[in-house]
Amino acid sequence: MADIQIDRIVKAFGTVVALEEVRLDVPDGEFLALLGPSGCGKTTLLRIIAGLETQTSGRVRIGGRDVSDLPPRRRALAMVFQNYAVFPHMTVAENIGFGLRMRGDDAATVRAAVGRAAELLKMTPYLDRYPSKLSGGQRQRVAVARALAVEPAVLLMDEPLSNLDALLRLEMRAELKAVLREAGTTTLYVTHDQTEAMGLADRIAVMEKGRIVQIDRPAALYRHPRTRFVGGFVGTPPMNFIPVVAAGGRAMIGPLAVQAPVRDGPVLMGVRAEDLDLTDDDGAAPLMVRVTEPMGSHLLVTGEAAGVTVRAMAPADADLPAGRPVGFRPRPERVVWMDPESGQALEMRA
Amino acid sequence: MPARSPYLPYLLIAPSILFLAVFFLWPFAQTVVMAFTVDGQTSTGNFARMAADLNFWPAMGNTFALVIVVVPLQVALALTMAVMIQKMTTGRDIVLWIWTIPLGISDLAAGLAWLAILSNNGYFNTVLFHLGIISGPTGWLSYETPLTLFFAVVVAEVWRATALVFVILVAGLQLIPKEYAEAAEVFGASPWQRFRHVTLPLLKPSLQSALILRTVLAFEVFAVAYALGGRNIPILVGEAYTWMNANQNTGVAAAYAGVVLLVSLASTIVWLRVIRVRREHLP
Repeated sequence: MADIQIDRIVKAFGTVVALEEVRLDVPDGEFLALLGPSGCGKTTLLRIIAGLETQTSGRVRIGGRDVSDLPPRRRALAMVFQNYAVFPHMTVAENIGFGLRMRGDDAATVRAAVGRAAELLKMTPYLDRYPSKLSGGQRQRVAVARALAVEPAVLLMDEPLSNLDALLRLEMRAELKAVLREAGTTTLYVTHDQTEAMGLADRIAVMEKGRIVQIDRPAALYRHPRTRFVGGFVGTPPMNFIPVVAAGGRAMIGPLAVQAPVRDGPVLMGVRAEDLDLTDDDGAAPLMVRVTEPMGSHLLVTGEAAGVTVRAMAPADADLPAGRPVGFRPRPERVVWMDPESGQALEMRA
Repeated sequence: MPARSPYLPYLLIAPSILFLAVFFLWPFAQTVVMAFTVDGQTSTGNFARMAADLNFWPAMGNTFALVIVVVPLQVALALTMAVMIQKMTTGRDIVLWIWTIPLGISDLAAGLAWLAILSNNGYFNTVLFHLGIISGPTGWLSYETPLTLFFAVVVAEVWRATALVFVILVAGLQLIPKEYAEAAEVFGASPWQRFRHVTLPLLKPSLQSALILRTVLAFEVFAVAYALGGRNIPILVGEAYTWMNANQNTGVAAAYAGVVLLVSLASTIVWLRVIRVRREHLP
């Protein structure tokens, strides 16, 4: 059990800067997801914490201990790799007990810990099998069991579910959450899948181009993205951004007037698909329907308004053929305003 | 696409089969026939004559001694070199090139190069003389100094053929995904434990191929030993050569060839048994 402090970590590969002074504090017992598109530096950051990669500058502290210059094996952590990295020449039991054997625990201790970890991940019936006889999901269970068996201070996970098929991923996600909550281990979880991050994490750190742009609880991140990038990356469909021009504190979308955060000038209105009410009344902002996709629980409507693509949700049984003009009203309390230049969120003036 | 004829695959491998039949199987059959023929009669006389020959048991002893000393030495060296080069980032290719130069040199040329170094007036003695260790030309390769001759052959063979083991092991190491070493590192394995518990087991297939190839070739050692010591160090293939050329007796030469073949086959079986490679235990 330990907290993680990442203090101004910089990583440069030649002239390419992969991480720019990243700071991050993960309190003891928290499950934090590092979320971002590929190439944003999230895996590099994780590998620096693990000690598999060396930072250009900055410090990593685990449980108050500066581990920046220690090799991975002296950092008291465990890791689950994207492609499992379960040793093919060892049985499931030997794999799970690997970390304990390496640190020289006696056979009885190893056996007991392997038994507990296998029980937790439901791998007890497979202890004598070799990984080649296991499915992808089972191999990932072995990898997680191997990590939990050493009772690490910190658990690092690098896209652990991305090699599994969709259904298995959903199943493993729920199970992982339950298992890790029980273990109470401080966990850093790298993923590019925002659903995974939202579902699993206590807090999410969104990364873009080598920086952390926002750290928040999943709901807050979803409701109040601090940048346009976060709004577009978190949530499916991505947040709508409608450019409007404010004049005298009000902005017009067709006949619809909305209160703007600035007196005059261009602003971006960010609003989620489910926060747009579709209506046929005359005062609403016009939307030209281009495509409708029945999603089962609702109808996803993609159309055009104010020159940009706008997505909205309609009841599953709504009659909205392509080409039909319709109107929408954003729910004012759900709107976030952004500066169109910087992409940063603006505070609503009282 | 036109439908493929079921004969096409056979047609395509026919040239290589023909090649093997003409240049390998046929001479092989001939050798067996020759080994068992004395004056036109089927007989085991050639083998009796071979076994009774003064040089047979020394040749057998020397060949086995060379294999037992050279092969483990080469594998240990090659393994060390291969692991070292894995860790290199800059200059790796240059070191790889230099270390594999001996692969491109014929064994006779290598033998002659080492002869120039180790002969009475060779470079080695010149250095020793200037260091004041010896007072004049000293023989290392004569029949009076069998031990130094033996080790001269060992040194030359190690220099010449370690590269073969090295390239096989380098290729094998590159096949092991780096995640395994990383996982081992994260889970507390020291560099030695990583090598012992992860790298070595996963390297088994390459290690097995290298050992089989190198052992078979070591039993066929000839040109290097011949260049350095002539018949001062009798070896199996050298004896076959002598019976064939000097004694003009193809029958006994064929019997020697048969012995080398049997020994090589036996060593292959030994390695297949000792290093069991189980495909399902590999990545």
